[in-house]
Order: sequence, then structure tokens, then C-alpha cells
Amino acid sequence: MKRLGFRFEGIAAMAGLALAWQIASYFFPPFLFPSVPAIARRFAGIFLEAAPLADALSTAARILLGLGGAFVLGAVLALLMGRSERFRRYAHPLLNFNQGIPALSWVVISIIWFKGIEFRIFFIMVMTTLPAFTYQLLDAYRSMSKELLEMTLSFRPSRLDLLRVLVLPTVMPGILTAWKVNLGNAARVVVVAELVGATGGIGYELLQQQQLFDMAGAIAWTIVLVVFVLIVQSLLGLIERWSLAYRPLAERGL
Amino acid sequence: MSAAAAITLDRVAKRFERGAAGDSELYAVRELSLSVGAGELVAILGPTGCGKSTTFNLIAGLIRPSSGSVRVMGHDPYDEFDWFRGKIGIVFQSDRLMPWRSALDNVALGLELNKCPREERRAIARAWLERLGLKGHADDFPHALSGGMRQRVGIARAFAVRPALLLCDEPFSGLDAVTGDALRREFVDLVRETGCTGIFITHSIEEALQLGRRILVFQRPARIVYEAVLDPDTSRDSRAEIRAEIRRALGGDGIP
Ligand SMILES: Nc1ncnc2c1ncn2[C@@H]1O[C@H](COP(=O)(O)OP(=O)(O)OP(=O)(O)O)[C@@H](O)[C@H]1O
Ligand SMILES: [Mg+2]
Repeated sequence: MKRLGFRFEGIAAMAGLALAWQIASYFFPPFLFPSVPAIARRFAGIFLEAAPLADALSTAARILLGLGGAFVLGAVLALLMGRSERFRRYAHPLLNFNQGIPALSWVVISIIWFKGIEFRIFFIMVMTTLPAFTYQLLDAYRSMSKELLEMTLSFRPSRLDLLRVLVLPTVMPGILTAWKVNLGNAARVVVVAELVGATGGIGYELLQQQQLFDMAGAIAWTIVLVVFVLIVQSLLGLIERWSLAYRPLAERGL
Repeated sequence: MSAAAAITLDRVAKRFERGAAGDSELYAVRELSLSVGAGELVAILGPTGCGKSTTFNLIAGLIRPSSGSVRVMGHDPYDEFDWFRGKIGIVFQSDRLMPWRSALDNVALGLELNKCPREERRAIARAWLERLGLKGHADDFPHALSGGMRQRVGIARAFAVRPALLLCDEPFSGLDAVTGDALRREFVDLVRETGCTGIFITHSIEEALQLGRRILVFQRPARIVYEAVLDPDTSRDSRAEIRAEIRRALGGDGIP
């Protein structure tokens, strides 16, 4: 259990939150604070029925697809920026400008520009997560040791080998961190993106609950999204632990 | 010097920009001319900061000379970069091991980049580790090795490719006397065995006398201020004389 990052304190904190909510449910009407069992029933219902499950899965797929797109594009940009100072000077202000654009603006723009709903969502996801991804990957690329680079170059590697034996292992920790950080961002953005007329997905479901004034449903769908993020995050954590096992640990912490 | 010169440096200079703004500059190497014959074993001595490592980087093609020409085996090591694949082995001043690779995989790196098949390169790397007294440490990561052990892994990595040109930057410093001696012998054997050209930098006059067939003393910015040629028959008296000359060349700032 510890391997997945669950600890006693974590479970206790979540149980405390549930308890506080349950107590609140005794004092407020159900449309404000539905009982914990009611939420749990709705939550279970999502996984037991085919249609809601498909909603949850399609949102998960949109998150991963969008992140994948931003990652590939960000990696290309970061590589170009890392290799050419000139290119970096052009790209930097554009990315900074992009960083200031709210997700909702991309929603409006993509609705006007594009027809396909899935493409709209993909576009929004990529545009909103691209700057952070690019900067994090650029940082990772820059952290490459000049000494190791020279050492490797003395053996005259091919471009591809250099990427494989030196660049990838160096940027791997940065890539994993970037994925972890952007996963949280993407999960927040995807529900907004799904307002572009998606007929499924967690964002769409949340909108339904709002129109029905169904608090239990809204909470249940939110939890689905959070659980998805937590699962992927702990998977990334496992990959991290496995791929960075070589790193020495100081016996004494800070 | 020799008819088949392996390395020729002709009035080479290397200028570095200094300061955050790069407004001042410094010559690490200036007017350096040097020729090393194929199969020769040369020792370079010089005070700290006189440009020895920079000279290595020039010969290895890792940096481009500001002026002058560098030829190694008839080729330009910087411009004809790929031509040198599998031909150069460098033991750097610091170990420069990849922290994510085991000792064995670090030693096998050069072979791997030369497209040597996996099993073969692992066998070669294992043999080198054993030769350097690191048997049983093949699977250790660098952080689990001592400084001297890491240095030996770095030496094995350079030797393992059987390079035509072996450049060693203070390879035997930081080792105990016994291991150091064993490695020095190993080094001479390897150079003789493979007929490779070897240059090594050292701060120890004794080591230079022991290993080098030719000894060069550098002064800042890198240029030769004293040169001695030795052979096994060189008498003890003339060795003592050479030792005194070297000491003088090292001591005086640029006055040979
Ligand atoms: N990349 C660089 N940028 C700026 N200056 C440099 C650079 N590399 C070396 N220098 C300078 O060039 C000079 C020679 O450095 P080098 O490393 O070649 O000395 P060295 O003879 O190897 O010294 P040591 O015996 O201490 O290793 C030094 O003054 C150093 O500050
Ligand atoms: Mg040096």
C-alpha cells in the first residue's frame, strides 16, 4: 500500500472529510449536502452502468490524448529552443502570451474555428498545457551536464545514439515531473473543454447535474475525475521510482 | 618529428570569452605547435590552469581552435568529427560516469556507440573491470563506488574501445600507490600492445619520467617550455639532470 503513496494519515484525512460532510448532511437539506452513502451509490452507479462508464473513459482518453499532443509538440519546441538561442527568443514571448490566455477563451475560439467536437477538445487541451510542458522540458534539456556531453561526444555517437544514451536519461526526471504537473492542469481544463458541445464526458455530466440541481451526482462525477488523476499520478510515481532507482539517497534528510 | 605524425598542432590558439558579458578574453592556448608520432607515449607536465585540458579538448575535437590547425591521423578532429568513431579514448580529469548506468554499462558505452554487439561488449567490459581490480562491482552504480573506483571505471571505459589515440588527463591521481603502479604498468602495456598513441597529463615528475618516452613541460598559456626525450637506456645521471630541468621549467613562470 505504501508503494502507491497511500499512508495511514492520508486515509485518516479523507475519512475525516467524509465524516464532516456526513455530519453536515444531518443539518442541511440533501440538495445542499447529500449523505455520503448517497454519493457513494451514485459513484458506484457510474461504474456499473455502461453509458456513464463510457463518459468517464472518454474524458480520461481526452486528457491523455491532449497531454500526449502537448508533450510531443512541447518536446519539439523545447528541443528547438534548447538548440537555437535565436529560435528561443522568438518562441519565448509567444509562449508567455499563450500562458496568459484563459481556457475559456480557447473554448470560444475553438468553437468558432473548428467543427469536429473531438478536435475542438484536443485543440483546447494542447493549447492550454503547451507552455508549461515546453518550459519544463526545456529546463530538463538544459540541465544536461556539459561534462557528460563531452565525454559521450568523444566516442562520436550518431545523433540517435546521443539522444538515446544521454539526452533521454537526462531529461527523464523532468519529463515525469512535467507529466505529473500537467495532468492536474489538464484534468481541470478538460471539463471546461467538454462544454464545447460534447455529448458525453465528465464535463457534460457535471453540466447535467447542475441543471438537475443534483449535488450527489455532481460530487460523484467530480470524484471520478479526481480518482482518475490520482491513479495516473501514482502510475507515474511508479515509473519514476523504477527508472530513477539508480539515484543515491542521502541518509539524512534536510 | 616522426615521419608518421599522429598529432600535429600548428600554431594553435584557443581564446575563451570571460565574464558574464563575455567582454574580456583569455588565451588558454597560444602559439602551440606540437607533433606526436604514431605509437609515441608523451607525458605533459605543467602548472595548474596552463591549458593542458584545453589542449586535450582541442586534440579530441571537442572544441574548435580560435586559430591555427589541429590534425589528428591526418584529419581535422573538429570538422571531421565522425571519422574518429572508435579511434579516440579519453580518460577525463574527473570520472564523468553516467550515474544511471552500472559500472559495466559505463565501461561498455564506447563499444555500444561503435555498434559492438551486446554480449560481446559486455564480455569485454567485464574483462576490463577485472583487469582494473573491480571484479564484483560490475553491477554497482557510480554512487556506490569510491572515488578511486570510479576513476578506474573511467579508465576502463577509455581503454575498452582499443583506441588508436589515448588521451589521459591525470588518470592515476587519486589512487593508492599500489593500484597506481599497477595501472601505470597496464597503461604502458596497452600502448605497446596496441601500438596506440598515448598522451597523458600528470602533475608528478616521477610519473612522467616513469611513463613518458617524451616529456613536455607546458607554461601558461599552453606552449612548450621544455622538452626531454628518454629511452630505457637513459642513464641515471642524465635522468637526474632531466628531473632538475623539469623542476626549473615548472617553477619559473615561463622561464625555461
Ligand atoms: N570553457 C572555458 N571557458 C572559459 N575559460 C576556460 C574554459 N576552459 C578553460 N578555461 C580557462 O583556460 C585556462 C586553462 O584551463 P585548463 O583546464 O586547460 O587548465 P589545466 O592545465 O588543465 O589545469 P589543471 O592542471 O588545473 O587541470 C584556465 O585559466 C581556465 O580558466
Ligand atoms: Mg586540467
